Amino acid sequence: MIHRFEVRAKDPKSDPTALKTTRQARALGIEPEAVHAARVYLIEAKLNAAQINTLRDALFADPVLETCSLGIDPAPDGAQTIEVHPLPGVMDPVAQTVQNAVAELVGIDPPRVSTGWRYDFAGVSAEQAHSIATGALANTTVHAIHAEPLHPDSFPSLAPADQSVVRVAICDLDDDALVKMSRDDHLFLSLEEMQTIRSHYRALDREPTDIELETLAQTWSEHCVHKTLKSTVRYTASGGDTIDWSDRPGVEISPDGSVVIHNLLKSTVAAATHELIAEGVDWTRSVFVDNAGIIDFDEHNAVCIKVETHNHPSAIEPYGGAATGIGGCIRDIMGTGLAAKPIANTDVFCVAMPDTPRADVPDGCIHPKRTLERIIEGVRDYANRMGIPTLNGAVYFDPRYIANPLVYCGCIGILPNDKTHGDAQPGDLIVALGGRTGRDGIHGATFSSAELTDTHADEFSHAVQIGNAIEEKRTLDAILRARDPESGCLYSAITDCGAGGFSSAVGEMGETVGAVVHLDKAPLKYDGLRYDEIWISESQERMVLAVPDANLAALQQICDEEHVELAVLGTFGNSDSENNPELLLHYTGTEVGRLPMALLHDGIPMPTRVASWTPPTVEIKKAGDIDIKRALLELLAHPNIASKRWIVRQYDHEVQGNTVIKPLIGPGGIGPGDAAVIQPVPASKQGLAIGCGLQTSLGDPANGGDPYLMALAAIDECVRNLVCVGADPNRIAILDNFCWPGCDDPNNMASLVRACMGCYDAAKAYRTPFVSGKDSLNNQFRTKDGTLIEIPPTLLITGVGIVPDVSKCVTMDLKSDDSTLILVQPYPDGDEKFNPDAWYATSLWNARGSHFEQLYGIPRESHPSPLEFDPTFGKRTAEKVARAIDEGVVLAAHDVSDGGYLAALAEMLIAAEGTGRQIGAHVMTHLDELSFAFGEAPGRYLLEVRRERAGEFSQLGSCVGWTNPTANLYVDACATGKNAHISVSELRSAFLGTLDW
Amino acid sequence: MQDPPLTMIVRTAGTNCEGELRRAFELAGSRTEMIHLDALISDPARIERADILAFPGGFSYGDDIAAGRVFSMKLRTKLWDALCAAAERGVPMIGVCNGFQVFVQAGLLPGFAPDAYPDGAPQPSISLTQNKEARFIDEWPRVEYPSNSKCIWTQALAGCSDDPALLPIANAEGRFVAADSATIAQLESNGQIAVRYVDNPGGSQGSIAGICDPSGRIFGLMPHPERYIEWTHHPYWTRLSPEQTSRPVPGLVMFKSVVDAVASQPA
Repeated sequence: MIHRFEVRAKDPKSDPTALKTTRQARALGIEPEAVHAARVYLIEAKLNAAQINTLRDALFADPVLETCSLGIDPAPDGAQTIEVHPLPGVMDPVAQTVQNAVAELVGIDPPRVSTGWRYDFAGVSAEQAHSIATGALANTTVHAIHAEPLHPDSFPSLAPADQSVVRVAICDLDDDALVKMSRDDHLFLSLEEMQTIRSHYRALDREPTDIELETLAQTWSEHCVHKTLKSTVRYTASGGDTIDWSDRPGVEISPDGSVVIHNLLKSTVAAATHELIAEGVDWTRSVFVDNAGIIDFDEHNAVCIKVETHNHPSAIEPYGGAATGIGGCIRDIMGTGLAAKPIANTDVFCVAMPDTPRADVPDGCIHPKRTLERIIEGVRDYANRMGIPTLNGAVYFDPRYIANPLVYCGCIGILPNDKTHGDAQPGDLIVALGGRTGRDGIHGATFSSAELTDTHADEFSHAVQIGNAIEEKRTLDAILRARDPESGCLYSAITDCGAGGFSSAVGEMGETVGAVVHLDKAPLKYDGLRYDEIWISESQERMVLAVPDANLAALQQICDEEHVELAVLGTFGNSDSENNPELLLHYTGTEVGRLPMALLHDGIPMPTRVASWTPPTVEIKKAGDIDIKRALLELLAHPNIASKRWIVRQYDHEVQGNTVIKPLIGPGGIGPGDAAVIQPVPASKQGLAIGCGLQTSLGDPANGGDPYLMALAAIDECVRNLVCVGADPNRIAILDNFCWPGCDDPNNMASLVRACMGCYDAAKAYRTPFVSGKDSLNNQFRTKDGTLIEIPPTLLITGVGIVPDVSKCVTMDLKSDDSTLILVQPYPDGDEKFNPDAWYATSLWNARGSHFEQLYGIPRESHPSPLEFDPTFGKRTAEKVARAIDEGVVLAAHDVSDGGYLAALAEMLIAAEGTGRQIGAHVMTHLDELSFAFGEAPGRYLLEVRRERAGEFSQLGSCVGWTNPTANLYVDACATGKNAHISVSELRSAFLGTLDW
Repeated sequence: MQDPPLTMIVRTAGTNCEGELRRAFELAGSRTEMIHLDALISDPARIERADILAFPGGFSYGDDIAAGRVFSMKLRTKLWDALCAAAERGVPMIGVCNGFQVFVQAGLLPGFAPDAYPDGAPQPSISLTQNKEARFIDEWPRVEYPSNSKCIWTQALAGCSDDPALLPIANAEGRFVAADSATIAQLESNGQIAVRYVDNPGGSQGSIAGICDPSGRIFGLMPHPERYIEWTHHPYWTRLSPEQTSRPVPGLVMFKSVVDAVASQPA
């Protein structure tokens, strides 16, 4: 039978869960008179009265604050009850812990357990209670909502699955039928890909089994193979093209002016890295081939970094999607080389405006404020439990992310530099470690490659998962122990189970040696999985290792001690009759699939993509009469600029004890730091700075932007952020993460090409090799009425830079009330072609693409030229700033980005608050003052330097003013006399108000 | 020469601050041994090797049910006698964050008069529960170290004020609550309140951040002193004067006070 325990606060009026639920109800416009919350545990076991009492008194309730009752407590008079439980088959980490704790405490076999939450709402209608449930407490993709307490007699069980081998008739299908099969069976392959598969099986004179077809679909998915970025592209531009196409690697210019690019990724992002290595950049160790890029750190250690996106799952279930996003990226680090120890996380989110009216949210989508809150909770709960500091991030708001929020999750690891490479050897055992396999997460890889529609939440609920961080933590503990015995690492290779599950992990590890897999050996969460589901399930927290037979016992012992499940699934090493590596799949002795590795990994056809660029023509809006004070306060309150403190404070950013520069700066803990710095090897003074660059508005075609410029600016911003804290600009490695709308559209494909070219040019100019990257294409949504919502092309650049000596790190809070403020610009000194007038118009005095333009338009007196930026000037500037920091004359440094120079200064003033000593500033603007004050041209820094040494900076930038002991910002508008006088507390209120939820 | 004291650090699935805790003890001059909770349960006599016992922060067993609940259940049912024996032997113990939550739920804190350890773990009289905003907080609130405190870990910090008097917290369930106000008054008059918040971010009763047992040796606190053992850990160290940063770092002072005290005891 099932025993039901309810645990509730003795005093609901001071219960934080009940109070939080009340706030959430209010945010939905519902005013409950009272809210009671209770945790519910359902335990299916034979228990005697003594055992029940033990569980009630010693396990479930806190005797000081809570009561625990058996069965169903009566609801308060007239209250509406809502109970939320995970759907059957959905991961319930609490239930797993309870299962083991109950078994240990009362000495029984681990029982089946389900947990849930009960809420009783007084003073609301049944519909209102249901609205609170769907709006704040549950997501029906993963939760069941009950209108009364749940106390079933038993839990449902799944019948064992039918394991007969299914063959899929494909050889005789025509093209139309192939297209239909691809969509209906969720394969999401193109016609050419389906045709290639058909030819393969026609040649074999047999039909594929279901598992063979699934394996091909997973391995050939956009998510796994990046086929768009690796394709050949024919690119044409109408109107002028600002890109010089001559002398580019992998690019042919046709007589008709069109351009052919062979393998876009290889010709741009990868080409920059390989050329830099050939030119003498000698500190990269592994680029693009492993689960993460690896660079040298010190003489004993290397550092690896990976950034992933988890967009589609986060659109449907933001909490689970974001949690498993960071969980998966952490596993990438655990699966790099012979395993790295994760030491830092990053997170960047792009969501729609948090104040979007509810009526404007399309069917099938979640309100963006709720989406953001749940994404943050997902990352928080997973990363904090893993004990990894989350150190750097950003949030960018745009209405077009309404149906496709972007969730970028990054992880950085450290590993001994003699363990940066592994290869599965023939004869090694295929060993799965960690979580069990379930039906959760089926078709994640193919799903992520599809365009979303309003029915996807229902159609793809099985692709969405909830994570269990403690399972992954145990697995990490075991793996690091198995990596480091004195006698040597216990395994020859390791990788994570990510998209595609075992099919991708074993397929990749066995690419050159082949593999034999016995699918019935995989431990399952429950009965009822077919062999093909076991093979492609993306259940979380699983790793695959190649283990020499002789080491199995030692590995098993470590796993037993750490309570990690180990299963031997088969062996690496298998060839066909012609000695080519082959993948062979069995279930209880029956062959269910046989695929040549060559077909899996090299068989995918690469068609030519069409890209056509039309420079966007948008009408330039002219701003009205705006004064500096109003503009600055409104810009500081803009969600893109406003303080993200509310988010950052929920992440543990100093676990592991190595964080030297934290994400929030200054005595008040408010200043938005440019980059974080960790000291991964405490005995060494060397640090690692972690930062990012995101310049979406500069590349937004809808706003007249150019993705080429966006890529230059994003890399520049990333470099500036790292340099501002003390990183060596010649030791920065970067990563690209492209999130794009559908690239079957030639315009979107062209914007992708241009962004890639910008990546190449900027990486070469800054000498910042790309070491890894990832793309997520097809971020668009088809509403019920057929309207297409495409995200703006979004390129995140993440960077890590070596800080030679952490004691020289600089932060962005103003330090002194008597110092000089220097605005550093990428001034093209010494350049013969330099035309100062043009330069002023296209960069320094230019508000195009800025938040000022977004709010008000272009200042009337400004020249509306497009923004231009030369990264070679940006590189020289970065080196000069780094030199000044190294010499110790820079008291504070901050990059000038969102909101322009005055917003940067305001942030430096706000960050300095809190020591009791006041710091204010008196600064000047120049001609064209609004563009000068609020333009967001790349390449600029704002530095606070010692007054007595300011003269040394005349080559670096211009003095714009001084600090003083007033607690005010005074802006002297030299040109117009419209001076502004703003107190730092006004700046602070504007900056903190918007997102302090 | 006598070996330096041995600190035994008890870890398990989900503890995640044991590395920095070990480093803090080693910087303070201690030897360290990391042991899995289950290994200790299977051979409780191993506790006899320890001169100091430390329980790290983290999310033991996911903090499922409640923070530290499963860990404390194991201590109560499997290790109570061994812990009492160690306490009677005068072994100093520290529980940081999750370790503090474990001490409180296991009944080790607020503790007992010496020679008065009960045979079984008692019901808790205090609790560490959800922060008032029902969410995780990472920040460096200002703290003070009451001058009447008996705590051997914090006594050396009694005068600590201004910029150095901060400690990092990172928790979702760090709000100190006592069953009644008499308990708080008794803790105060007994000198058992070791650390108080000046800013009280989680809403703790009596602004309590950490307490010790009546002997002053068993100490639990929500803040993480092991994250404050270098000046570069301080949240605004780039503004601190060289004069300030030439002084001992407060977090390290806690560990050093106890390691030195144990080392100076006659063998």
